[in-house]
Amino acid sequence: MTKEEQTLDTLTGIFRDVLDDDELVLKRELTAKDVDGWDSLTHIRLLVTIERKFNIKFTLPEVRELKNIGELTDLIQARTALS
Amino acid sequence: MSSFYSELGWLPRPPADFNPQCRSILDQPEDAGEQIRRLASTALDENQLVRLSRTIQKLRTSNHTLAPLTPYRLAILSNATTDFLPAALSGTAARHGLALECISAGYGQVMQESLNPESAINTAGANAVLIALDWRGLPLRFSPGNATEADAAVNEALRYLDAVTNGIQRNSSSICILQTIAAPPERLFGSLDRALPGTPRRVVDDVNRGIAELAQSSGRTLLDVAGLAETVGLANWHSASEWNLSKIPFAQMFLPLYADHVCRLLGALSGKSRRCLVLDLDNTLWGGVIGDDGLKGIHVSQGDPLGEAHLDLQRYALSLRERGVVLAVSSKNEDAVARLPFREHADMILREEHFAVFQANWTDKAANIRAIAEELSLGLDSFVFVDDNPFERELVRQALSQVAVPEMPADPSLYATALSAAGYFEAATFSAEDLRRASYYEGNARRAVLQQQSGGIQEYLASLQMEIVFQPFDETGRARITQLISKSNQFNLTTRRYTEAEVARIETDPDCFTLQIRLSDTLGDNGMISVIVCRSKEDLWDIDTWLMSCRVLGRGVEQAVLRELLQRARERNIRALIGTYRPTDRNKLVEQHYSKLGFSLESECPDGSTTWLLDVATAQVEAPPMTVRYVGFAADSVSTNSINPTSRK
Repeated sequence: MTKEEQTLDTLTGIFRDVLDDDELVLKRELTAKDVDGWDSLTHIRLLVTIERKFNIKFTLPEVRELKNIGELTDLIQARTALS
Repeated sequence: MSSFYSELGWLPRPPADFNPQCRSILDQPEDAGEQIRRLASTALDENQLVRLSRTIQKLRTSNHTLAPLTPYRLAILSNATTDFLPAALSGTAARHGLALECISAGYGQVMQESLNPESAINTAGANAVLIALDWRGLPLRFSPGNATEADAAVNEALRYLDAVTNGIQRNSSSICILQTIAAPPERLFGSLDRALPGTPRRVVDDVNRGIAELAQSSGRTLLDVAGLAETVGLANWHSASEWNLSKIPFAQMFLPLYADHVCRLLGALSGKSRRCLVLDLDNTLWGGVIGDDGLKGIHVSQGDPLGEAHLDLQRYALSLRERGVVLAVSSKNEDAVARLPFREHADMILREEHFAVFQANWTDKAANIRAIAEELSLGLDSFVFVDDNPFERELVRQALSQVAVPEMPADPSLYATALSAAGYFEAATFSAEDLRRASYYEGNARRAVLQQQSGGIQEYLASLQMEIVFQPFDETGRARITQLISKSNQFNLTTRRYTEAEVARIETDPDCFTLQIRLSDTLGDNGMISVIVCRSKEDLWDIDTWLMSCRVLGRGVEQAVLRELLQRARERNIRALIGTYRPTDRNKLVEQHYSKLGFSLESECPDGSTTWLLDVATAQVEAPPMTVRYVGFAADSVSTNSINPTSRK
């Protein structure tokens, strides 16, 4: 598994757990409006869970610019590469 | 240490199959309330709380009872986002015996909701209203250096909060919960902020003092959020980015902790607070084992760092007693030995008269706690049990799920902190009657009558997946073997002491059969816990040494050891095992050891020592629930091992 696949794999686990949907499959192009239950509150829970799991802290500008799963994966990889 | 708080470090970790367990409650909702309380009594994170609260919600929708959880309705009024609170609170409330339903007002509608008799909050029929305002929710004005202005600002903020509370009290019959304010971490001048009237820090301090007073009026109570934030650190508590992003009033990672503080207060308001603290002795109230180490060997003195750590817990327990918590002892010990430090050690803070009941015996602790509960006429849900030993903790949790059993940190310096962090004895009020309560339960350290052993012990033992390892003496184990031989006093049949050089000779003596025995289980590795030396005398084996650590008492280790001895004896055509009990002032525990294992009494000496015999060919010992592994035996001896039905790795 490449590092990107690993990250996406971990993310899938988090999304399935938070959204209570064991069938959910994450793709780079996926956005919040494509997924049932991914509202603004769930979004916060996702971010907090991701921060805890990867032991990173997002900045406010980073969070605001995220467009889809692909960008989220890239951001996590950039942050975990630094630490 | 702040993660100990945010991760609810006093609670056991949630089961690995938490999600499936939530689902299975819905499939088999017979004792749903009980199952939910069990799950809630683990350290659930925010997402797990959401899942548990959904389970509760589904049961409620399909009209399943949540008993024994008590229904409770809480309305929430806040200047911040409250959307995360209901799920976190209802999941957490089950931990405190409540089936909680939450009603939230719209964001930022504080005064309107309070004053309007028809508002959601006032018509909720709530038992309590949580007025969850933070520093952004009060009209706080700052005027550094201007004392008059500062006083006016403090009074204005307090008048506002009083008006909100009065409105709710006029329009409903709910109890109002007022929160103190966590000060923002930013400083204006620096240290001077604390002294100079009108700075943000000073205003918040003054307002908090006023809120604490406001909350003393009838129908009101206090939630000390400022104290909670101080405990975990203001810099951790506040998250400016989470506020900016979603108007979340404090860092989301503290949601489970905040919810626990709210719910323990609701529990206290509903009479669910705990009343009795049951304490283990060895390695809990003092360092070491009184039965093995003796009065001089245990650590409980000032000037001894380990002793001071344990004294901290004694001091905390004594202050709990002074505020009305009943104290009791449950210890695996001989009664007289266990009482010795209380009577004769000058540095002990706790004394026998501080305990209502004193249970020192060799029966399982669940049975003892049940006996204490009956003796004191208190429900099991009033009890907290503190023990350093994970085996005892897990046994009590499984046998008596109503009893709160906190996880203990590895460092005894933190025992008192952990017990306090768990908040079991939360009180919303304190009266003269509370002060007297401890003396209602006379501190005469009496013994309660045991009814019977707890049921379910065998199932519990099986669930531990114990593995016992048999190994002959070797060089690597020699130091530990010698230590056990020179230190063990209680479970020691002959109390024969050998030096390391003597142990080395036994190791190679062809007439000696030796075993060093280790035990591990799902709770961890207990290390070397038993030592055996047999000496051949023609076709007999004389058991020269049989000792065991009392930490693993009652787990079937003795039976497993005897099975092993019998099997090895058969391989060597040994006809019988000879056991000897030589009494000391410490080893009464094993007086009947050989009798319990099926040996027959051969002879009795005037000094009280006894000799026992077991016929190898006919002896039968039931296999205890553990797997057996061998290390260091010649391969042929293992391959001939065909009569042992337990599995081998």
